[in-house]
Amino acid sequence: MSDSQRRLPAGGRLDRKQKVSFTFDGRPMWGLAGDTLASALLANGVETVARSFKYGRRRGIVGHGSEEPNAIVQLGSGAATVPNLKATQVELYEGLEARSVSGWPNLDVDVIALLGVFARFLPPGFYYKTFMAPARLWMTYEHFIRKAAGLGRAPQNPDPDRYDKINRHCDVLVIGGGPAGLAAAREATRQGSRVILVDEQSEMGGSLLSLGGSEADAAQLQWRDQTLAELEASVDVLLLPRSTAFGYYDHNFVGILERLEDHRGLTSPGRPRQRLHRVRARQIIMATGAQERPLVFANNDLPGVMLASSVRTYINRYAVIPGQRLALCTTNDNAYQLALDWQEAGCDIAVIADTRPEAEGVLPRLARERGIDVRTGTAIIEASGRKCVSGALLAPIHAGGKSLTGPATPVECDLIATSGGWSPVVHLSSHTGIRPIWDDEAIGFVPGPHADGPVAVGSAQGIYCPLACVEQARTEGAAAALRAGQGAGESSSPSPDIIAALEEPAQALFLVPHTKTTSRAPSQFVDFQLDVTAAAIELAAREGYESVEHVKRYTALGFGTDQGKLGNINGVAILADTLNQSIADTGTTMFRPAYTPVTFGAMAGGEVGDLFDPERYTAMHRWHSEQGAAWENVGQWKRPWYFPVAGESMEEAVQRECLAVRNSVGILDASTLGKIDIQGPDAAEFLTRVYTNSYLKLAPGKCRYGLMLHEDGMIFDDGVTACLGESHYLMHTTTGGAAGVLGWLELWRQTEWPELQVYFTSVTDHWATATLSGPNARKVLARVCHDVDLSDEAFAFMDWNSATVAGVPARIFRISFTGELSFEVNVPANFGRHVWERLMEAGKEFNITPYGTEAMHVLRAEKGFIIVGQDTDGSMTPDDMGMDWIVGKNKSFSFLGKRSLERSDTRRTNRKQLVGLRTVEPNEVLPEGAQIVNTPDQAVPMAMQGHVTSSYFSPSLGRSIALAVVKGGRNRLGEKVFCPLADGRNVAAVICQTVFYDPDGERQHV
Amino acid sequence: MPTRSRNRYSALSLLKHGLSHHENWQRAWRNPTPKQSYDVVIVGGGGHGLATAYYLAKVHGITNVAVVEKGYLGGGNTGRNTTIIRSNYLWDEAAHLYELSMKLWEGLTQELNFNVMFSQRGVMNLGHTLQDMRDIERRVNANRLNGIDGEVLSTAEIQTKIPLLNCSPDSRYPILGASWQPRGGTARHDAVAWGYARGADALGVDLIQQTEVTGIRRQNGVAVGVETNRGFIGAARIGCVTAGNSGVLAGMAGLRLPLESHPLQALVSEPLKPCLDTVVMSNAVHGYVSQSDKGDLVIGAGIDRYNGYGQRGSLHVVEHTLQAICELFPAFSRVRMNRQWGGIVDTCPDACPIISATSVPGLYFNCGWGTGGFKATPGSGFVFADTLAKGKLHSLAAPFTVDRFHSGALIDEHGAAGVAH
Repeated sequence: MSDSQRRLPAGGRLDRKQKVSFTFDGRPMWGLAGDTLASALLANGVETVARSFKYGRRRGIVGHGSEEPNAIVQLGSGAATVPNLKATQVELYEGLEARSVSGWPNLDVDVIALLGVFARFLPPGFYYKTFMAPARLWMTYEHFIRKAAGLGRAPQNPDPDRYDKINRHCDVLVIGGGPAGLAAAREATRQGSRVILVDEQSEMGGSLLSLGGSEADAAQLQWRDQTLAELEASVDVLLLPRSTAFGYYDHNFVGILERLEDHRGLTSPGRPRQRLHRVRARQIIMATGAQERPLVFANNDLPGVMLASSVRTYINRYAVIPGQRLALCTTNDNAYQLALDWQEAGCDIAVIADTRPEAEGVLPRLARERGIDVRTGTAIIEASGRKCVSGALLAPIHAGGKSLTGPATPVECDLIATSGGWSPVVHLSSHTGIRPIWDDEAIGFVPGPHADGPVAVGSAQGIYCPLACVEQARTEGAAAALRAGQGAGESSSPSPDIIAALEEPAQALFLVPHTKTTSRAPSQFVDFQLDVTAAAIELAAREGYESVEHVKRYTALGFGTDQGKLGNINGVAILADTLNQSIADTGTTMFRPAYTPVTFGAMAGGEVGDLFDPERYTAMHRWHSEQGAAWENVGQWKRPWYFPVAGESMEEAVQRECLAVRNSVGILDASTLGKIDIQGPDAAEFLTRVYTNSYLKLAPGKCRYGLMLHEDGMIFDDGVTACLGESHYLMHTTTGGAAGVLGWLELWRQTEWPELQVYFTSVTDHWATATLSGPNARKVLARVCHDVDLSDEAFAFMDWNSATVAGVPARIFRISFTGELSFEVNVPANFGRHVWERLMEAGKEFNITPYGTEAMHVLRAEKGFIIVGQDTDGSMTPDDMGMDWIVGKNKSFSFLGKRSLERSDTRRTNRKQLVGLRTVEPNEVLPEGAQIVNTPDQAVPMAMQGHVTSSYFSPSLGRSIALAVVKGGRNRLGEKVFCPLADGRNVAAVICQTVFYDPDGERQHV
Repeated sequence: MPTRSRNRYSALSLLKHGLSHHENWQRAWRNPTPKQSYDVVIVGGGGHGLATAYYLAKVHGITNVAVVEKGYLGGGNTGRNTTIIRSNYLWDEAAHLYELSMKLWEGLTQELNFNVMFSQRGVMNLGHTLQDMRDIERRVNANRLNGIDGEVLSTAEIQTKIPLLNCSPDSRYPILGASWQPRGGTARHDAVAWGYARGADALGVDLIQQTEVTGIRRQNGVAVGVETNRGFIGAARIGCVTAGNSGVLAGMAGLRLPLESHPLQALVSEPLKPCLDTVVMSNAVHGYVSQSDKGDLVIGAGIDRYNGYGQRGSLHVVEHTLQAICELFPAFSRVRMNRQWGGIVDTCPDACPIISATSVPGLYFNCGWGTGGFKATPGSGFVFADTLAKGKLHSLAAPFTVDRFHSGALIDEHGAAGVAH
């Protein structure tokens, strides 16, 4: 069928001058500007848009918005392809390419449909009951299950688009731009509130955009235009169309996804594609509307069975008439409007089957007056047709809605529209765990009471009459403004100029009875996307899955990408009926974000790729880079790992760097070590509590090394603290631990010892640090530092001094991590590179050699100095590390972790202890992480004694060295142990002292 | 007591019941009225509690057992987790317990005659820093010597297994390698609860849903039963298996446990055609992901840092999780999140469980599984059943008593393994 036959000659919110060409499954088609993909497909006469998930049944477009379960498409191709979009939510753009995501080899001939023949043997949860034998074949069965499951395809390449985020605050956030939302937003604005109005559609208006050409409809549209104009004119209003509030979180926090560019094309070069708004609102008004419920009857999934309100929307908003001859089944007056509009469009109406015993409201009477065949007490019990609807079966239905009272009669039609009433959209208001409550009058769940949260207005609150809806929303708009601190709570804005047409009560009908029982009738679908039928729900209950959550999980009801917007309430009602209990007692499943799916990239925002985590550079970074340094990630910092010169391997570079330090002088960028400035009269006391040793007697000009323990007595950081002056200290932390240590200090000061006067400031990046290390360190420093006596007598080990280095004020610490004579020169970061280069010049004569973290690790391991996090792992006490000397036993105040050191397990003598290992074969370097056993030939599980924590080839010693933790290791010096490696070798090593080089520590005291 | 043979599941049973329009399927479990008293009352009808009841009946012949559940079976963390199963724990004590579990997983579908869809598609833990790689080497070596499968993969091997993973050396935290446990994988979480429930019920265990324990009655300091909103239920022994609510239960008996309850979130994408065959976990970039049989990407990360009992979490945690996922899988950026949710996990200071008697005779706790309890379900139930049956801790459970927080004999999987669950 061509476009012209289904496109009405006039009407619709379309630009008829602008034809838009697109393809569906490769077939070229065209629509009009203003179309959605769904309306364009209908205009082009496309009936089958999908094959169902489990049975391969043909499926057509059912709805017109986020509720659509069937029309799932893959948009575009290549890196920018988007899986699983609902055609009803895709705005048509020139060149759009869409493909269906089901049907193999194609929609018309589908292999899965062959399985559909066996549908009766595939009840819900059939996979729990089979594929069990033989056990080894499960992974094979599963392979085919996986291939059959899933909708669209993930892109194969990185996303070409970018996304951004914005934080917003407002007085009143109104979610939903239909009549209630518009009314509430206008009223709140008039009261002086700052308002955000958000709506998922391309333009504001909600259900008003689906109205027809009657006088009353025109009046409502006019009201919409005036209201919108007033909102647009206000500086206090932010209108966010094409934006979905997808999640409501605690304390009035709402996540909103704005689709900035999706309506223009697949990608948006140069502009963000989507934006995540994170809104904290004083007051929230949920004007989320109501969703029409389909009736559940036999074969109700045939293409050509649609929601009444959707058909009306296609006619009025998109000027598309999706059939020629309509059969309408309704439980209420409202759906009669579709029949009137359908007739207005010049098409036939086969019948209106009204399930109620009587229908004497204004609209039913009007329909009869216009000659439409209205049959009350009648329902459509089955759709018929092969590829799409070609007829319907009508039958008289009992007033209670549970049984038929007479035989079925066929009627010819090519479109069946149904309306089972409305379900208020309660999803968002339920996201924080507030259960919705059943309202018998509204025949739907309405939002449960929030103590201090959002208020629902209009049909979201079960108020379906357009006039009442606006009036209630207006009142709530003023009330919300008042609670937000604006206005006097009196509403002043106008209502649409219409007379509310009184509707007669609707009937609570969900599953339409059939001549056969539910288990034997043709399939009556509840959840189209997951092929869940009424019989499936009955079966779940029969098998004991009685909780609504069990039914959901057992049948998959509501698990689809439509989140069960059409099926959930019908499912609950059918379950309630099966269990012979009320819907109120049955309740709903929990509603979870997202209301509609949210792009991962938009949730991630800009913090991906290079910006995933900030890279931190030292002041000398560029210099290192110019020397061709290889980098190591340490925390967020980039540190030079080693500095290869032309043609050098890593091993060669590291050996050269190590030997330079031992034999002459090396220079290390130590800027990344955490630095915390600590001041206050109780600073020394505080330090004494958080370190194992005492700082009470540390004099200005002196430094002290400390170990920090958690409450469990285990080491978690270490570093040198210098006393800068009275009540003023500088604490050094590990590079990766800096932030954690600052948090730890603040935690104790703020929550446990608020009486202590002490203050912490992170100054890590205020300073650049160049460490000169090696026998010639003093000579190099002396060339650029003339105002301090650098001699061993005047400037002793563990002293620090203020000085001028290369013309820059500096702090020099004489501390050492290599065991060599070392000076750590700290200068304000901006002078870092200058000082570094001056030091390099000064050291030229001594062949000063920059060295990286790897050489530093080798050098310190030769000395048996630990690295917290490498030689310790959160389970090591100071004594385990052989550092009992640092634990102040006689401190007046207990220190953190002290009590735990007294526990029976921490006092055990066979704890794992830090030792050295020398491999029997001196060139064999043990892998770090190798496990240690006493004898290699024991059976698995082996009795592991410990593991290798650090292991290197030591160029100074000409052999391999390793640090390890071994059970009772300090008493086992000289014993031989083995490391069974993954390659099958058992490497033998002998336990030794941890200090491999200069055991008496003479070299750092020269 | 229903006989199991009548209700046995198989392809043949589907065929048979199909012919009668599925009108004659038996209930998977009864809906019994609570008796006055039981030999053992299990509080908490999640996977662990149901497994405990099943093994009590199956292994120990103790069938006068009730499982008391305040909501519906499997409705807590059992039905909310990301279904990852692995046993590659670092410390011997944990490794042996989780490996027992792994071995039980490997026959569970047949044991229960309920397809729990245990899918051994392998679990990969990525290393992004040199220290990550040291830790991975250490853990894989320990696993190997404990008889647990594992190997260290190179970046190239990782890329072959997971084509969509960003293995570029230019990424912010390049992937340097990974540990790989081929026997690890996923299972269908609800099916685990249901399978154990059906199995326990068939052996005579009473599964009592919608019944909330409101107190633990003690006589002369000895636990004698539980108060519920449906009245008192007597018990010779009480086993509490209530995850995030364990602190609340302990409080009813005047006890305090070293636990903190935190929200832990998870999310799924819309269903996709197969694009990820294994479970991928990254601690440094901090996210984990697998693809379910339905096609959803199942994603999780760390806990929300505040304490709470609300079974939901904060948006910013999910934002951060998806940053990690987009960083690991840049091709997933245009995929969409379908649903997010939260559960309440009971975290211990050392990230290991508490399986323990208490100072109240007759009252036992099995809790503290934190963010990683699902994978332990069979093993946890097995050792806890043994403990309740004999009144003495199973040897594999012995290291996990609450006493370790007094002695200091912690099993610090947090500090040492540093592995996300």
